[in-house]
Amino acid sequence: MMIDRRDVLVSGASAAALGMLPWAALAQDAEAEKTMDELIAEFTGGAEVTDGEGIAIDAPEIAENGNTVPVSVEAEGASEILVLAPGNPVAAVATFKFGELAGKHIASTRIRLAQTQDVTAIAKLADGKFVRTASNVKVTIGGCGG
Amino acid sequence: MAENVKPRVRVPKTASAGEVITIKTLISHQMESGQRKDKEGNVIPRSIINHFSVTFNGAPVIDVDMEPAISTNPYFEFEATVPESGEFVFTWQDDDGSVYEDKQSIEVS
Repeated sequence: MMIDRRDVLVSGASAAALGMLPWAALAQDAEAEKTMDELIAEFTGGAEVTDGEGIAIDAPEIAENGNTVPVSVEAEGASEILVLAPGNPVAAVATFKFGELAGKHIASTRIRLAQTQDVTAIAKLADGKFVRTASNVKVTIGGCGG
Repeated sequence: MAENVKPRVRVPKTASAGEVITIKTLISHQMESGQRKDKEGNVIPRSIINHFSVTFNGAPVIDVDMEPAISTNPYFEFEATVPESGEFVFTWQDDDGSVYEDKQSIEVS
């Protein structure tokens, strides 16, 4: 059988299309599950994040049940606090935005942790600066399925 | 579809003007994370409450974007300043488009 130029072009094109598929799939996964760094960059708009002063996170040292771990975040004067669990399949946990009638800028909730990890909180302070803190939580039974 | 969703809110009945009060809320919801698998190994689709907000006489108190990492029966505790008598409105938004609402009045002397 003769292989002419057209056949070569067609097979080349389909091979190229096939070759692209895995990359397209990878890109979609990245969209669905942003890394902690990407989530932080999105929250801060690329601004510098400093450790320490102005933010506090209260979480247990040991959580026997990762399905419901009480976590409390506080940042005086902050307009927003982002909470992340980098060891979970999806790192994002919650974003708290405080309005004009918020009292003390503190919020408590219960979260799921898949494994032992540093639960991280980042606050946007009144002066526009960003501060972060983290608290290590040891998890004996994971809370994200299985 | 989320079933038997019932918001529960605890707000003090009275306060003095400008006082900071603590509010506790709990809403029953299975918060299916989208990470779990059923017996056949199929992923159970995500079904969560993705947003919670509170206003007092129309002014914002707190606003929360929620991800699947929030536990079953989402619980929130926070603080609010009450300048005058009025009404708190609590709103939860479900993935399926449902909106759950609760209202609580407070008397300020």
